[in-house]
Amino acid sequence: MNEREMRRLIGAVKHGKLSRRAFAQRMMAVGLTAPMATQLLAIAGVAHAQPKSQYKPTKRGGGGLLKVLWWQGPTLLNPHFAVGTKDQDGSRIFYEPLAAWDPEGNLKPKLAASIPGREDGTLAADGKSVVWKLKQGVTWHDGKPFTADDVVFNWEYAKDPATAAVTSGSYNEIMVEKIDQYSVMVKFAKPTPFWADAFVGTRGMMIPKHLFAEFTGAKSREAPTNLKPVGTGAYMFKDFKPGDLVAGVINPNYHQDNKPYFDAIEMKGGGDAVSAARAVLQSGEFDFAWNLQVEDEILQKLEKGGKGRLIYTKGGGIEHIQLNNTDPWTEVDGERSSIKTKHPTLGDPAVRQALALLIDKDSVEKHIYGRTGRASANFIYNPERFRSKNTKYEFNVDKAIDILEKAGWKKGADGIREKDGKKLKFVYQTSINQPRQKTQAIVKQAAQKAGIDIELKSVTASVFFSSDVANPDTYTKFYCDLQMYTTTMSQPDPEVFMLQFTSAEVATKENKWQGRNITRWQNKEYDDNYKASQSELDPVKRAAMLIKANEMVINQQVVIPVVSRPTVSTLGLKLNASISGWDNNTWDLSDWYKDA
Amino acid sequence: MNRQYIIRRLLIAIPSLLGISVILFSVLAMAPGDPFEELATNPAIPPEVRQALRAKFGLDDPVWQRYLHWLAAMMQGDWGFSFQSRMDVDKLILQRLPVTLIVIGASQILAISVAIPVGVLAAVRPYSIFDQVASTFAMIGFSLPTFFTGLVLILVFSIQLDWLPFVYRADVNATGWAFYWEHIKQSIMPVVVLGLAQAGTLVRFMRSSVLDVIRLDYVTTARSKGIGERKVLIRHVVRNALIPVVTLVALQLPAVFGGAIVTEQIFRVPGIGSLLIAAILANDTPVVMGVTFVFACLVVLFNLIADILYGWLDPRISFR
Repeated sequence: MNEREMRRLIGAVKHGKLSRRAFAQRMMAVGLTAPMATQLLAIAGVAHAQPKSQYKPTKRGGGGLLKVLWWQGPTLLNPHFAVGTKDQDGSRIFYEPLAAWDPEGNLKPKLAASIPGREDGTLAADGKSVVWKLKQGVTWHDGKPFTADDVVFNWEYAKDPATAAVTSGSYNEIMVEKIDQYSVMVKFAKPTPFWADAFVGTRGMMIPKHLFAEFTGAKSREAPTNLKPVGTGAYMFKDFKPGDLVAGVINPNYHQDNKPYFDAIEMKGGGDAVSAARAVLQSGEFDFAWNLQVEDEILQKLEKGGKGRLIYTKGGGIEHIQLNNTDPWTEVDGERSSIKTKHPTLGDPAVRQALALLIDKDSVEKHIYGRTGRASANFIYNPERFRSKNTKYEFNVDKAIDILEKAGWKKGADGIREKDGKKLKFVYQTSINQPRQKTQAIVKQAAQKAGIDIELKSVTASVFFSSDVANPDTYTKFYCDLQMYTTTMSQPDPEVFMLQFTSAEVATKENKWQGRNITRWQNKEYDDNYKASQSELDPVKRAAMLIKANEMVINQQVVIPVVSRPTVSTLGLKLNASISGWDNNTWDLSDWYKDA
Repeated sequence: MNRQYIIRRLLIAIPSLLGISVILFSVLAMAPGDPFEELATNPAIPPEVRQALRAKFGLDDPVWQRYLHWLAAMMQGDWGFSFQSRMDVDKLILQRLPVTLIVIGASQILAISVAIPVGVLAAVRPYSIFDQVASTFAMIGFSLPTFFTGLVLILVFSIQLDWLPFVYRADVNATGWAFYWEHIKQSIMPVVVLGLAQAGTLVRFMRSSVLDVIRLDYVTTARSKGIGERKVLIRHVVRNALIPVVTLVALQLPAVFGGAIVTEQIFRVPGIGSLLIAAILANDTPVVMGVTFVFACLVVLFNLIADILYGWLDPRISFR
């Protein structure tokens, strides 16, 4: 998809010929995210949609206790230190951002009075500043008012290197100014098409200035409020046992009328995913369970319990195979897979094309992942009708053989293809996880038919995903030919995500393998395109560049996507809850309710 | 009882605890993994944050230095803080201790109160039907792993019959009798699983111990004096047969903490075991050190108690 086509589509949305939703889906089909698509519309002057609330209860409280199950319980409740989604989800019970991402990628105001837009001038035309108007009359759980000072404080807190906040990436490069008691201006050093990052969603939860002001920087760990959150959310803090329990009670002064419905909430942690699913689907002890990484076959059986239903939320998780561009079997200056080497056989585009043709994604989806993984040609799963015309996948052994034959890879006496004395023999590694081992077997079988020998290797997850410099089996070292795992585009803008294919990011011994480019693919055209996209003023042009970046990666088989993995959660039959793939599971907790 | 002996034993415990802590620390340092692994795989978090955190928590220092730091702090009663929750380790352990003690304590009491009468009755009439049945159940009890019996109980009592909850909740939202009833209901399954596994071993011990004693001459003498069978059993047989069993129970107590790790995970009991598992999976060194150190202390302590009890039950054993 090029720039002109995108402009035409945006025009169509403007004139009401194309729905926002359809636009977002089309953008996702070519590698963008739904939030980014809606940001494009906002900059183009199409007002943000305010979806009608589905919330039915007509009075606050009366819903009893809401019991939710996170099989890995939150271990800390300061959103700026939240290590994983579990911690963010737990913090989100008490803390709120200015605005949140709904499942369609639209912004929904929480502590903001409205979403900034071009029409009222709060979003600058040059993309260099944005003004957030805050909701008035919001109070913290201790009764103190929420004002612009709190917003400015959160920026100062997160950007301080001594605090070592995990949210710092969103606050380092911006300036925040207080305009008046209820409005703040965020200034960007360069035009920023994706302006809704700071103060929004998972990275935007507000902590109160009056309780944290004395505990910034090196003293941040000592704040008593770290363990007893005081926020603005629908539930007030009651109890916290790290890894086991987060409990809250209704906030009688919540800033939205008639909300929340439940009188108290209990988030229980621990155990495993299967029994968590069981507690909702079969015994009905709990109302909600999170992130059920369980084989679909088991889920289907449990679903027959009839006490709950499963929901699949699209997000950015993609299981993919990486092809090594360097030689993992030769050591140069004390490191294998050194950037100074070239892979002896995978360097041939024909071999890469053949491998891509040998991955039977449909079988992987059908026999292994079921509803929990959809075959994908792209980095983002796309609904069938919007499947990009530029990137596609197929499983075709004959075609693969044909390509290899034409490129001069002939079968040797042992049935393995070779050329110039180099055999098509690969080592293919992944972490230990049953679906992954099954996928490996499917790939190995198909490759064998085409005369490629694949040796399978599985590494314990805690080793594979560690950043242990001394261990040769980590995924960042990539000391083999192929490897497979899931990477997640957790942030709604793909820019940071696509950084992992730029030459400057190559993981090497020198940077302790912390570089993000693990395939060690280097391509000048990609680098230039990426660089241009970073400084591109025109959001539409920039989006077109990011789409091109995605297509380059796929078409040159830098990685081969296998399945996209939606997150699976389960809800009690009567519970109504909106789960967004672009924000925390508890992003809309104030609106959860049960049917009478 | 010799006070000097106890003091000497306690002094000997210090070097062994030190040795244990050195081994633990070095094994943990050698194990792969990184407490901030999750930050590494999230592209939205700048690598500098992880480096800053590592430096802040002293993870970049050499292992011996980290160990000495830990030891020095421990001497002053500072257990350090968890990398995961940034909460003090002693607080984390204290938070979990009551539940562990209640569940383990209840299961021990259950085990003893089932095993002793069953073992005695089985030994009194060896190879009777009762003995056969008891031995079979004892065999099943100690050969089935707790994760299996736990799952079976869940399937039967929670899923099929829907009588008992299988998720343990430390905060029960009820007052008065309902509060206790809820607690009892959710404790039944973990306590039974742990207790019966224990009881299996104890029954066999009790039985063979009673069998040994019941054939001795003084029992025959007591019987021939015309003392009632009940009195012979309780006063003369069981009391003497208990000696090895008491030692066994004392020595097994620390091991039960280990067995509870699995059971706690299945029923989501927020005990020390589940804290340890979560900390190991997250490479949270200070918590792993703290918990395993508590375990080590318990083992040393119960060893001492067992030795003392032994001497008290059988005065022929002397301490020097």
